Amino acid sequence: MKHNLILKVVSKFLIPLIFLFALYVQFHGDFGPGGGFQAGVIFSAGIILYALVFGVDSAKKVIPLHILRVLASLGVLIYAGTGVASLLLGGNYLEYGVLASTQLAGQHIGIIVIELGVGITVMAVMLIMFFAFAERGRPIEDVEDKEGSQ
Amino acid sequence: MIESHLSLLIVALPLLAAPIVAVLPNGRMPWAFSTLVSWAVFAMACLQLINVSTGNVISYELGGWAPPWGIEYRIDAANALVALIVAGIAAVTLPYALKSVEKEIPQQQHSLFYAAFMLCFTGLLGITLTGDIFNLFVFLEISSLSSYALISLGKQRQALTAAYQYLIMGTIGATFFIIGVGLLYAMTGTLNMVDLAQRLPELYEHRTIQTAFAFIMVGFALKLALFPLHLWLPNAYTYAPTVVTVFLAATATKVAVYVMLRVVFSVFGFTFIEDTPTDELFIILCIAGILMMSFYAIYQHDAKRLLAYSSVAQIGYMMIGIGLGSALGITATLVHLFNHALMKGALFMAIGAIVYQIGSSRIEDFSGLGKKMPWTFAAIVVGGLSLIGVPGTAGFISKWYLILAAIEQQHWLIVVVILLGSLLAVIYVWKLVEALYFKPATESSKTVSVQEAPLMLLIPTWLLVLANVYFGFNTELTVGTAETAIQLLLPGTNK
Repeated sequence: MKHNLILKVVSKFLIPLIFLFALYVQFHGDFGPGGGFQAGVIFSAGIILYALVFGVDSAKKVIPLHILRVLASLGVLIYAGTGVASLLLGGNYLEYGVLASTQLAGQHIGIIVIELGVGITVMAVMLIMFFAFAERGRPIEDVEDKEGSQ
Repeated sequence: MIESHLSLLIVALPLLAAPIVAVLPNGRMPWAFSTLVSWAVFAMACLQLINVSTGNVISYELGGWAPPWGIEYRIDAANALVALIVAGIAAVTLPYALKSVEKEIPQQQHSLFYAAFMLCFTGLLGITLTGDIFNLFVFLEISSLSSYALISLGKQRQALTAAYQYLIMGTIGATFFIIGVGLLYAMTGTLNMVDLAQRLPELYEHRTIQTAFAFIMVGFALKLALFPLHLWLPNAYTYAPTVVTVFLAATATKVAVYVMLRVVFSVFGFTFIEDTPTDELFIILCIAGILMMSFYAIYQHDAKRLLAYSSVAQIGYMMIGIGLGSALGITATLVHLFNHALMKGALFMAIGAIVYQIGSSRIEDFSGLGKKMPWTFAAIVVGGLSLIGVPGTAGFISKWYLILAAIEQQHWLIVVVILLGSLLAVIYVWKLVEALYFKPATESSKTVSVQEAPLMLLIPTWLLVLANVYFGFNTELTVGTAETAIQLLLPGTNK
């Protein structure tokens, strides 16, 4: 990627907007269309756009693979952990009502936290898959070097 | 608190453990953590079985939403028994895994391997305990996707093809199942199994319901590798890492048989099945499967593949019980489900110990190893006797009940087939014994300095071998629980 000036300028302008829209879809998901899955996909699309225009290596500097792996696990933990939290507060598993003083507020908190977990995991897994495919076709020594250095 | 949430924690604990294991550093930590989790789950599964052994049913409302609207976990004697098998096998497989995985899987994949194992464990337990047919599909996908990944980690390159083959067949199976569930939902508007069972009888004549039933049956026949839909199984079991083969062979198909049992008897009801040709079809396919797959097993050159074909044959015995549809038949199915998990677990572990020592599972490489690895050899002999169904082993109990069930309905052909199948089992088990003990040791570089397998492999193997003998004498747990389960699965029988 040497000369694509227009692409670079336009995507630099677009990527923050994509992130912002992803966050809107994430946190407005309880009242409007959207939710964690969609938000995660949109967010990862922003980073994938960055990788396409500026190269996979610079995208990996933004979010390295080992962090993605932690994020992918973190999302699942947030989801399952919400269930445990409601267990500890005396409800059934994933019974959001007990998370706050009123049933309504509890349901609200519950769904927001759960969707946050979904969003993080989906974002991370989409990027892991993208990087896995982007690795293909590269010289094999490259991959082995990395494994050797771990 | 633990008491009332027991059935949920059994599923949630490995689910929570999976992401934690995935981020643990490679080394022994992921293994130690998963092992502890599997032991905790096993203890809870034991408690759960005690809770339902009197014939009562535990219902757990997920998220506090009452069924049939919310997802319900519904535990009776039948699925508590299956959950106990899954948890028990995981609890003995994981200690075995330490050495075996260190040898077979590159170190940088260890934490991901154990994470996938935990996910597969979660999925199988979830399928077993849930009372919601769509939730069942979700757990089916969790367990299937993780098992594809686990199988593809095998050392040989064919593992990738085997995993891919399983991926295609398994996905077709899951798709068929979900199409069937979709049709049921369209007709009844409910996904809860108990609710479905109440709404279905008035719709028995309806074409859509019959189509739904056909889709679900074919879908799960693929998942449980009922002959002739078994083609994915031999490759998957042969090329998967030893630990994965042990775990999947002892649990995955058993869980699928349980789902079949649940769908046939709890959701649709046997009166519906009797109006369709399903029960005859099951019996015909099982007879063909038992005979052909046992013959196939005899002609295999690879010990793991031999046992894999024998597994397909054994699934035939389980499904015949469902096809007969009587109280004795279901007892035989449930008991064989339990016993077969023990015998195949023990046999695959013993073969795995040989593979650990010589790096090959080809039978011709086994020559003379019986004298060098006496404990492993003895484990194969006892496991093999149980597979044949010799009195004093667990295998005898299940075949005994199956033959009783066949005689009760005067299905003489089935009796003959069971006896013939056992004779064929003698031949293929003998093939292993002959190679191990009676052939002179070849002085190849592979086998010349072979010693007994390490204790970390022998102890779990022998735990399962001894369980085979124990449950051959004490049938209180297996037959007793199965008889409690029958009163819930087949209401109106006093057995």
